[in-house]
Amino acid sequence: MYAYKEYDQQLLDERVEQYRDQTQRFFKGELSEEEFLILRLQNGLYVQRHAPLLRVAVPYGMLNSNQVRKMAHIARTYDKGYAHISTRQNVQFNWPEMANVPDILAELASVQMHAVQTSGNCIRNTTTDQYAGVTANEVTDPRPYCEIIRQWSTFHPEFAYLPRKFKIAVTAATDEDRAAIRFNDVGLRLVKNDKDEIGFEVFVGGGLGRTPLAGSLIQEFLEPKHLLSYLEAVLRVYNLYGRRDNKYKARIKILVKALTPEVFRDKVAVEWERIKDGALDLPDAEIEAMQSCFPDPDYEILENNPASLVEAKSNSSAFSIWLRQNTAAHKKAGYQIVTLSLKPTSVAPGDVTDDQLDAIADLADRYSFGEVRNTHAQNIVLADVKQTELLALWEELKSLNFANANINTITDIICCPGGDFCALANAKSLPVAEQIQREFDDLDFVYDIGDISLNISGCMNACSHHHIGNIGVLGVDKKGLEFYQISLGGDAGFGASVGKIIGPSFKEAEVASVISKIINIYIENRIEGETFLMTYQRIGMSPFKEKVYAKNN
Amino acid sequence: MPKIIKGREVIEDQWVLVAEPSEELQTIEDDIHIIVPLSYWTDNKTAILARTGKAGIQVSGADELDSFSEDLDDIDVIAIDFPKFGDGRGYSMARLLRERHGYTSEIRATGDVLRDQLSFMERCGFDAYALRADRNMEDAIKSFSALTIAYQSDVVEPRPIYARRP
Repeated sequence: MYAYKEYDQQLLDERVEQYRDQTQRFFKGELSEEEFLILRLQNGLYVQRHAPLLRVAVPYGMLNSNQVRKMAHIARTYDKGYAHISTRQNVQFNWPEMANVPDILAELASVQMHAVQTSGNCIRNTTTDQYAGVTANEVTDPRPYCEIIRQWSTFHPEFAYLPRKFKIAVTAATDEDRAAIRFNDVGLRLVKNDKDEIGFEVFVGGGLGRTPLAGSLIQEFLEPKHLLSYLEAVLRVYNLYGRRDNKYKARIKILVKALTPEVFRDKVAVEWERIKDGALDLPDAEIEAMQSCFPDPDYEILENNPASLVEAKSNSSAFSIWLRQNTAAHKKAGYQIVTLSLKPTSVAPGDVTDDQLDAIADLADRYSFGEVRNTHAQNIVLADVKQTELLALWEELKSLNFANANINTITDIICCPGGDFCALANAKSLPVAEQIQREFDDLDFVYDIGDISLNISGCMNACSHHHIGNIGVLGVDKKGLEFYQISLGGDAGFGASVGKIIGPSFKEAEVASVISKIINIYIENRIEGETFLMTYQRIGMSPFKEKVYAKNN
Repeated sequence: MPKIIKGREVIEDQWVLVAEPSEELQTIEDDIHIIVPLSYWTDNKTAILARTGKAGIQVSGADELDSFSEDLDDIDVIAIDFPKFGDGRGYSMARLLRERHGYTSEIRATGDVLRDQLSFMERCGFDAYALRADRNMEDAIKSFSALTIAYQSDVVEPRPIYARRP
């Protein structure tokens, strides 16, 4: 992964001191609450229900083992012994003291980490496919481009006070969009044209929240050398013309929708014409230099399906099931991508303790070249595990409670911290996740249901992307009582669709049984090979609606 | 005379901001340099240019640059006003004035201008800053040197970091 150069480190160290000074001025009363608010937000510090929340950036989800150990140390020293993996591949701490934050940032900087632009109305952390660089199903490794975007967007002087936050996601995958690029402000998909050249499809104006919209394609093939000039043109048009009178209408999706994607594209084209082929041009040499910052690890020459793996599979059906559910094919023969499930029942999805983080760092060192990736589904990936070592790794994961073979199943729930922690939430989300996990405690049934995504958000801000879960659950407040609205048919992938609300919302105690009914309708109606989403798309909402709201049932 | 930050130093302001020119202008000496709102400038260019004092305009992020870009040769100061410090439009406007229109005279930030913003403003092409009266300008100057590295291409350093690397 990218290792900081001297100037990256110097900038970050200076930033820590700048923030320390800002914090001191706030405590001395030289900065008002409101002035400090913007400064701390641009540094990932929210004030939450119980304490500040510090969101640490994990650029495109990549962490090395030293960084993971530092997360463990911070959780242990400054927090209550755990951290949370967010839906943007970041790490959140729920209990730091505001006065300690400069020290935490200094600790982070010592391992090339920071909280820069993890909140506030600026360009946020760029996300990507957690299988980037290790899946065979991609046109190129997207991470060098993510790092180019990271540098361009970090402390960009013109775009620090945008109308609203701005999120960019990149994928190069050909099989599945694991980065939900159509639901970002800008989504970039690396593709190959018929001359075998690499370029970007550029989608703009996707997003969730109160107005969920899939991004529109405004560039079908952007040459990589134009990446930054084009992004700069998009951001400039947004900065100048995005609405600033109403924060709920300030995201770029509202501007794109109001202008129409065609008019927005034309405005960007006019701006881009003036700056392309200028200082922001990315020469091939620079792209290659960045690609060389993401070298392949020292893979051994191995073969797929070694005898030891075949034997282990035949000896243990549990291992075999885990292999099927929680691992994925690797581009190199003899290697496998392994996902650690952070979703055992009764643990808040995405939460990890300090000891678990230390253990993950050790596993990374011993099994996966010292690196891990956070996923937007709030799990952790060891990307380069030898197939001969999968059995030994599985045994260790079991003892750490990371071997729940539930990746991409109904119990692999994406869930925000909700009303238990978050000041914005209308309703709790964690107890609902647990309720559903308990309802689906029969693993054979869970596997029979197959691939499905279930997302629970505690409010309209949609941090858990409930609109694009195959089943989405949204907490709503009705006269002080917590209710849950259920939607069906969301798709975060290349299909990119927003779920439809099934009908009136449900009481907290009803949620799991309603979902159970929904699943049963799928089971009754599916035809061979259909996932939940495919069945829903074929039969539509009515059968689900009829059953769920039927009297005496 | 009030002070402003210009060229990273605190100096006496040579300009008078005239918020209501139709009422105030008659009481101001002819050789005083004045900054008037864009709307007043648009309607009274000839009269303003007939004065012996220099002319500047005050605009905000909501104004279209094209509405005054043809007058730039006659304008010696452009004051970009920040009604709220979170309104970032002025940053783009300053960059466009410098990089697209080649404007070389003073661009000053007025309104809700905070010391922690000065460095980014400078990189976007501002060279003068009228801080709120209750702010310590000497302290604020320190903020220019808080971050000494920049990745981007901007007004101060047109080459992005990869073009500067040895």
